[in-house]
Amino acid sequence: MGLFDYAIFDEIRRMNARQVIYQFLNFAMIVSSALMIWKGLMVVTGSESPIVVVLSGSMEPAFHRGDLLMLTMDRDDPIRAGDITVFKIEGRDIPIVHRVIKVHEKSGKDDSKFLTKGDHNQVDDRGLYAPGQYWLTPKDVVGRGKGFVPYVGMVTILMNDYPKLKYTVLGLLGLFVLVHRD
Amino acid sequence: MHSIWSRANTIFAFTLSVLSAVTFCCFLSTIWLPNTAPVTISASNPRLKSMVDYASDGSKSDVVMLSLNIQADVSSVFNWNVKQLFIYLVAEYSTMKNHLNQVVLWDKIILRNEKTVIIEESIPPKYYYIDDGNNLLSHKNVTLVLKWNVIPNAGYLAMAQGEGQFVVQMPDNYISGRF
Repeated sequence: MGLFDYAIFDEIRRMNARQVIYQFLNFAMIVSSALMIWKGLMVVTGSESPIVVVLSGSMEPAFHRGDLLMLTMDRDDPIRAGDITVFKIEGRDIPIVHRVIKVHEKSGKDDSKFLTKGDHNQVDDRGLYAPGQYWLTPKDVVGRGKGFVPYVGMVTILMNDYPKLKYTVLGLLGLFVLVHRD
Repeated sequence: MHSIWSRANTIFAFTLSVLSAVTFCCFLSTIWLPNTAPVTISASNPRLKSMVDYASDGSKSDVVMLSLNIQADVSSVFNWNVKQLFIYLVAEYSTMKNHLNQVVLWDKIILRNEKTVIIEESIPPKYYYIDDGNNLLSHKNVTLVLKWNVIPNAGYLAMAQGEGQFVVQMPDNYISGRF
């Protein structure tokens, strides 16, 4: 039996050219729907990355590695102590999810400086900031954590740790959508 | 629907759909519940020093030491969708240099099924109370409030404030010597 004699390929053998094109169109619809949902979320929340996966255990026991955090970015809402902010240090790409413990606001919400600390860490984040930087400012903030879903982000972490797994899963999914009739 | 693969696929897809629906309902079921509770805060014996903040940019700042009393019963905030409460005591005040200052003096994590009554008597602040500059001498209006962050099993991360506050009045002189 050749590769294409298996039962799962029965449907593709029964398709003519028009139906094959329809399958590709189906695939394109799924991809563009996913993209629309993602971009729509970006608009609704105002954040560049509306969903982040927690990568480290520095906010345990609230957030464990692999949990999903939904962010909003409202520049008109000032940063206050206790907010869970996702920020990026200048020069580094990795976003950090920690809690604000000190806020000093000079005159308006844009003129404020604040200090963060992970719940599970013993010391504040000054060691993580850039050399010579002792405070964060609102422009370092990528978003504020507003929603939480546990465990779901583990898939992303696994796919990043084992890239071959990512390619296999995506490849199989793509193949399945192209081949399956409905 | 006769091969093991199509059955496994259907079961898997159905499990995922049911799990997401249940998670969404879990989130919806507790979203409008109130998260506040009464608290009793007091502080005594505030002492001020002006010291070089070596952890920051090396400039001199006011450092406050005081004795805190916190009493709260947060058991009414816990419901089936609350995983933990992150409770923190904030000193809020306004100075000539900064119109708003918030410094967290103490925090505590309470997981579900742990003791939900907080009784802290005569404790020093857990984190150094350092001002941004020297603006606390004779400050008569430093407000201590207890706030908490409700971390759900799934859903909205809510913030709430305890009902009750305390106003600390800073002394008019620095102390010399150690705290």
